[in-house]
Amino acid sequence: MRALVSRLLVATALLSAPAALSAHRQWLLPSTTIVSGTDNWVTVDAAVSNDLFYPDHFPMQTESIQVWQPDGSTGAIQNAAKGRYRSTFDVQLDKPGTWKIGTASTNVSGSFKLNGEDWTVGRRRGPPRGPEGAGRPAHSVATAADIPAGATDVKLTEMSSRNEIFVTAGEPTATVLKPTGKGLDMEPVTHPDSLVSNEPARFRFLIDGKPAAGLKVTLIPGGKRYRDSEGVMELATGADGVLEVKWPAPGMYWLNATTTDNHPATPRATERRMSYTSTLEVMAP
Amino acid sequence: MRPTSVLLLGGALAAPATAGTVTVTVPRLSVAEYHRPYVAVWLEPAGGGAPRTLAVWYDIRKAGNEPGTKWLSELRAWWRKGGRGMAMPADGISGATQAPGPHNIALPADLKPGAYVLNVEAARETGGRELVTVPVNLPASNARATGKAELGAVTLSAR
Repeated sequence: MRALVSRLLVATALLSAPAALSAHRQWLLPSTTIVSGTDNWVTVDAAVSNDLFYPDHFPMQTESIQVWQPDGSTGAIQNAAKGRYRSTFDVQLDKPGTWKIGTASTNVSGSFKLNGEDWTVGRRRGPPRGPEGAGRPAHSVATAADIPAGATDVKLTEMSSRNEIFVTAGEPTATVLKPTGKGLDMEPVTHPDSLVSNEPARFRFLIDGKPAAGLKVTLIPGGKRYRDSEGVMELATGADGVLEVKWPAPGMYWLNATTTDNHPATPRATERRMSYTSTLEVMAP
Repeated sequence: MRPTSVLLLGGALAAPATAGTVTVTVPRLSVAEYHRPYVAVWLEPAGGGAPRTLAVWYDIRKAGNEPGTKWLSELRAWWRKGGRGMAMPADGISGATQAPGPHNIALPADLKPGAYVLNVEAARETGGRELVTVPVNLPASNARATGKAELGAVTLSAR
């Protein structure tokens, strides 16, 4: 039982942490990104694993999955189910245009001292780690707002992460592509549902609405098991924040960018970690 | 048929300078499960510009939860080049899928002279997909290309 509990704790920690913090990659894999008409559904696999897109580690939680309809209003996922290795859910694409599906979250974690004892913020809810940890009361608060008045040595890190996919019914639209202006955004120059392998694609990355110059972006094609190398592309944005991607082949690509700065929105936080993840489908010409 | 289509047809007869016929051959395939292919035929100006769809053949009768329009996006090149912005059925453009053999499509009369690329794309249920492109000059001069698997001869003739 103890083993099970600790495993669940590890799982929770993994799922709440942005992809950057762990070697594991969080991914959403849509059954399609392009549909004809408004009678269609897309079914999505959601998981955390090393190899793309093989669910062999942990399912993603579906509670936090959001849907943005083509007009920007909130939609809903349906038929959510959690398996051992992956979650799955459907979205009914009953309106024409481009839909956005995914997660957007901001968490704060860190530590402080109270009466000489170490406390944590927003992290593990179990007893402190280490040999003396077991049996001692949990010294942890859920949010930065819960830090008691007498706390000293407050160290807080803000972690914001987005993981989103785009699916288009009929003609592509741009309402859901508008950047939020908060944290790390991807603003497509090439529409994400108009990607074709013989044409380079451009995506602008923004931090708080300003171009993210020199941002490192990783792209990895799916189907890892059927080739020798991982096939990873390590690219960087230009001075205008624009990333240009030349696709080696058609297929599904996992895109991830992570960066840190010292401009968190959370009071008392000193560092901000940002992560952006997407899955892009590149068609054959 | 709406009046505009009648006018276009009338124009074609009155202006032989831009007349021309595209002939698309649907190949006869020896396969266990055969369905007639979805086919799209369109012209793109060689120097770039808006593509113009000449014909789309799809399952126009299938209705219900999965209407015939559901698989139009499998004509993936045409879909991206403009098919996704069209409403179906389209007057004078869309029609039923065609049996193996040659099929003629008259060029619209109002095409401006110049260099174009003629595109013919076919996608077949439980089968393959193929795109055949033919550089053409309008007013029509003869041109020809042949598909390898899902399309037979594609020709443009002056009449």
